[in-house]
Amino acid sequence: MTRFVLHRIGFYVLIAVLLAFFTVPLLWLASAPFTSDPTYQVRLPDFTSENFRAILDNPYALGSLWNSVVLAAGTAVLVVVFAALAAYALSRVRLPGRDALLYTLLLLSSIITGTAAMVPLFQLAVELHLIDSQLGLILIMTGGLLPAAIFMMKDFMDSTPKSYEESARVFGASPLQIVRHVVVPLVRPGLATIAVWAVANVWGNFLMPYLLLSDVEKQPAAVIMYTLYTEGGQANIKLLATFGLLYSVPVVLMYLFVSKKYGFRFHGGIKR
Amino acid sequence: MSAIELRGLTKVYPGGVKALDSLDLAIPDGEFFALLGPSGCGKTTLLRTIAGLETATGGAVVIGDRDVTGLQPGARDIAMVFQDYALFPHMNVTDNIAYPLRIKKVGKAARQQKAAEVGARLGLEQLMDRRPGQLSGGQQQRVALARVMATQAQAFLFDEPLSNLDARLRLEARTFLKKLQHELGVTTVFVTHDQAEALAMADRMAVMESGHIRQIGTPAEVFQRPANTFVAGFIGSTPMNLLDGVVRGDTLEVSGCKLAVPQSAEGLLHDGEKIVYGVRPEYNVYSAGPVDGSLGGNVSIVENLGASYLVTLDVNGVLVQAVVPEGHEPLIGDEGYALPRRDRALIYRDGELVPA
Repeated sequence: MTRFVLHRIGFYVLIAVLLAFFTVPLLWLASAPFTSDPTYQVRLPDFTSENFRAILDNPYALGSLWNSVVLAAGTAVLVVVFAALAAYALSRVRLPGRDALLYTLLLLSSIITGTAAMVPLFQLAVELHLIDSQLGLILIMTGGLLPAAIFMMKDFMDSTPKSYEESARVFGASPLQIVRHVVVPLVRPGLATIAVWAVANVWGNFLMPYLLLSDVEKQPAAVIMYTLYTEGGQANIKLLATFGLLYSVPVVLMYLFVSKKYGFRFHGGIKR
Repeated sequence: MSAIELRGLTKVYPGGVKALDSLDLAIPDGEFFALLGPSGCGKTTLLRTIAGLETATGGAVVIGDRDVTGLQPGARDIAMVFQDYALFPHMNVTDNIAYPLRIKKVGKAARQQKAAEVGARLGLEQLMDRRPGQLSGGQQQRVALARVMATQAQAFLFDEPLSNLDARLRLEARTFLKKLQHELGVTTVFVTHDQAEALAMADRMAVMESGHIRQIGTPAEVFQRPANTFVAGFIGSTPMNLLDGVVRGDTLEVSGCKLAVPQSAEGLLHDGEKIVYGVRPEYNVYSAGPVDGSLGGNVSIVENLGASYLVTLDVNGVLVQAVVPEGHEPLIGDEGYALPRRDRALIYRDGELVPA
């Protein structure tokens, strides 16, 4: 009995430590922007709006958030459209070596994107005159996310019974009508998942925009955050904390919205 | 409404599996036609080939007077109810029923009007705003039927229309389907693996086995005179007794018993010939005392069928079944005699009925 109690106590202490590990930074993020003289400690804020005024004075702060929105939305739209079409085709058409192709794509993309592919991607962008262009960045990030998105999307497509489409086909629906009327509504939770995942990926991506966009006017929030220094070359905690808060709010809002609308029923939408 | 005709229809799957082997079949206008067979016999493939969801490897499908073999499903002017009904889960009942009309570019008001009309006919008035997920199995089936009716197609195809229903509901739905088909008068082909369903609903039926049609006929013909031992064994809720025998002059010797030649085969058998003697348990007259020309043995099993009993006799090591009315059932171990009705017993030579 005592052994059991000790076990439980140990277990809860462990959980408390783990929880604190994740909670303290969040508390800091919530309190530091409202503190006049923030340090790395979590303190009760004195609710000043001074830090927000300061970040709004930064000429690039708001624009960079907008840039992040443009990049994330653009990439998400492209990823969802292309992944849905590709996954539908891969799920429904029998192709020799289809699974091998999918796994190779997934494997290569998860190993090679990011740092290892940076130099060739940079050169490619230069050759195509897509350097310092938001469109170019969107295309490159779409390419990086697509393999995994197709892979996830195919799972959703596979779990949708074929008879829905066959039924529509017998009624005379064209392939595009079938996709619009039947397939897309059926896999909508999957599309929402992919979109959220793509947005979160782009939102937090620092390296790609840092290397491919040199014009400060075009850079997203993740890059601008890197420029928030004091005159002395020290990280400006006031601005960093405030901008960090502004930076995370849109993503949190998006999660709340999508979760409310689709409830993240991952294999959902099909009632039989 | 129009007739369906299949000419030498063949379907070979990649890999060489022959699902349909040169089938010929004519289904007249307005008929309720059943495709019956065990799983894997090709009946669903046949239905899907008629629908155009599978492409025929050879032969032709003719609906009305049009050869539709090369046409897309949507161009064949047919409508199909799928086994899982395939109601679109994101549309309500009205939109589901109206969907075929939406594809045909009928205006929104007109198609909702039509959906309401058809829905009312099938008793769905109260359910028109519900989603398929909020309906019972029987209601879902009626929505699927309404959707098919809204198309006003030349022919209907039903894939296992009753298999998703509870046993009790199935009987109700059977009667309902038959009545509906009769009223609509649309040529309808349905697939089933349940011989009782086929017998009960169909005007005519085809019994299939491994890509071949083994018999075509009315339920009465198929039940009373199965064309071969496969059909004989497949049709009937209690399987037919199929007993090996030898012709001995004017009589038959079947597992040690002397039986009379059935009326249908009189004068067609040769002395010493090996045959299979077939008689349904329902056509075996049971008695406790010895009777001339009967199969005699000991009762080994008695099964309750409700208003009657299925008695299994061990006749010199061969099992013979007879149906006995309630109140006359024997006890296990009793001596028993089964006298086949001469006007109902059948003779099979090399697996085929005599006379063919």
